[in-house]
Amino acid sequence: MPMLNKLIRSREGQLVIFTAVFFLAVGIVSPTFLSFQTVDSILTDSAILMIMASVQMMIILTRGIDLTLAANIALSGMVAALIGMYWPETPLFLVIGAAVASGLLLGVLNAVFIALLGIPAIVVSLGAMTVYRGMVFVLSGGQWVNSQEMSAAFQAFPLNRMFGLTNLAVIGIVLTILFMILMRHTRFGRELYAIGGNPAATDYVGINTKARLFAVYVLAGTAGGLCGYLWVARFAIAYTEIALGFELLTVAACVIGGVGIAGGTGSVLGAALGALFLGVLQNALPVMGISPFWQMAVSGLAILAAVIVNSRGRRKRGQQILRVSN
Amino acid sequence: MEQVIKSYEIPDSLPQGLLDRLRSREALLLLLLGLTVLINSLLSPYFLDIYNLADSTQNFSEKGIIVLSMALVIIGQEIDISVASIIALSGVLMGAAASFGCGTGTVVLVGLASGTLAGALNGLLVTRLDLPSIIVTIGTMSLYRGIAFIILGDRAYTSFPDGFQAIGQAYFFDDLVPSQFIVFVMLAAGVWYFLHHTVYGRRLFAIGNNPTGAKYSGIRVDNYRLGLLTLNGFMSGLAAIMLVSRIATARPNMAPGWELEIITMTILGGVSIFGGMGKMPGVILAVLLIGMVQFGMQLNNIPGVIMSIFTGALLVVSLVLPILLGKFFSGRK
Repeated sequence: MPMLNKLIRSREGQLVIFTAVFFLAVGIVSPTFLSFQTVDSILTDSAILMIMASVQMMIILTRGIDLTLAANIALSGMVAALIGMYWPETPLFLVIGAAVASGLLLGVLNAVFIALLGIPAIVVSLGAMTVYRGMVFVLSGGQWVNSQEMSAAFQAFPLNRMFGLTNLAVIGIVLTILFMILMRHTRFGRELYAIGGNPAATDYVGINTKARLFAVYVLAGTAGGLCGYLWVARFAIAYTEIALGFELLTVAACVIGGVGIAGGTGSVLGAALGALFLGVLQNALPVMGISPFWQMAVSGLAILAAVIVNSRGRRKRGQQILRVSN
Repeated sequence: MEQVIKSYEIPDSLPQGLLDRLRSREALLLLLLGLTVLINSLLSPYFLDIYNLADSTQNFSEKGIIVLSMALVIIGQEIDISVASIIALSGVLMGAAASFGCGTGTVVLVGLASGTLAGALNGLLVTRLDLPSIIVTIGTMSLYRGIAFIILGDRAYTSFPDGFQAIGQAYFFDDLVPSQFIVFVMLAAGVWYFLHHTVYGRRLFAIGNNPTGAKYSGIRVDNYRLGLLTLNGFMSGLAAIMLVSRIATARPNMAPGWELEIITMTILGGVSIFGGMGKMPGVILAVLLIGMVQFGMQLNNIPGVIMSIFTGALLVVSLVLPILLGKFFSGRK
């Protein structure tokens, strides 16, 4: 059974098995957990993280990191919320379009500094995230936009149903599949892997590294804009601090999904499964009667466990000719 | 035969002319600091009051303490994102110790020990298991703050021994200088000496430039890494003592976002995010600069969020300027 063997050996396969076992184990403790409703809410809850982890994976793949994603969600979400508040008659697709455009603009800004000027991604995004987050405050004047100020259509879209799933879950799954195809089967995706493997060599082969990096940050920003609308509409509230710390959660999902932080390795599927695992964890704790205050520590442990497993897997394959002892 | 023992001194850098010094990052930061003081004193008559100025140091000194050790960590090609969580954990543990009726000495000891242990755990994971520090500390960031939440939930400890509160609320030199700033200055002097005037500091630069090369030239790189991350934990514990004793409150969600603010100040001070480069004068100037900017904005009733916009923009601009101005300010690489 070479297929099964391969599945068990791959990181994605292990993660699927581990998540499934975990899911069933929780189900045995509290049988109410094993229902379509749970699956539904896990998919809905993790959809945004799945999308964001997928684009974060592409960026980490190219040896970068984007810490602005959460601030982008907050800013683009606020743009959508304010448009929805002041001009309630605006058709929904225009509202979403505005959020996406705002995300795209932020992505372009990041890309100019990171891809064109060549400043380290971690530094740029560290500075930019506080600037974007501050812009939310400036834009809203520090006010909250709450559910009464949003139109019914604005709020309903993410939780409306399509094919038996919520729109949010459908968007999450569809985008993840699109990103998988993009990274596995298009020239652009393969070139990103090449850049992650060896940026200098990629330049010499004639791939326009700067243009690819530019595109990847813009893509991430655009996805962030879309998620900004989805976040605000799903939780029916917009304020300066929404999605605070979410940027590190996307990195965590990538690490759990086996994406190498040094770049060049990993898959969209892995990142999305990592996000899904965090979603299962989040939904399982209350069912098991564990206080929500445990959640942060447990996800911290999950990240550490994942990174330790990652490094063990890599060690076996590596060949060290000379042992360095100290 | 007489043996001549020559003593060599290898300079940190080639001799610099005045122009080179003017182009350095420290000069740029000093210029910005001067501008900030000037603008602030024009905007508010209360800025140049010596008591106000001295008092304002309280706000940035707690972060500044961690910036000092963070600079060492980043020069050594590592990073630590868990510092704010260590503050929260140490703070909550100190609160717990105080609520069990421990005296000032014990509470302080709990703070320092918990910070050091948390830092050492980071260090052990990085060195013994050979893991990248950015991921380890993203994990322990959740873990440490998570433990603080498990202990305390959404409550807060608010009763501390009087002696303990005196630590963060004391002023010296005629009620002028807050204790935080004195601690910061003393530690800054210590770290400055360590980095620029000891063999350990030199080795740290070697490690930051090329860890493998440093290993092969006989430096115990992993011991340095462990030491650096442990030191960072210790400093976070110390900052927690200063913070908790000043506000007399310990809650799991305290010091939010400090990790990124601290890293921002470090990078602004000219420490290269890739390691191996950085100077203490620049780092100290960056702490003072951010401190003065924030103090000025407070005096002019500008909300904290606007301050963070300014901090973030300053970080990016300070890196973009040299590129746009044709590397005029870049100095030596």
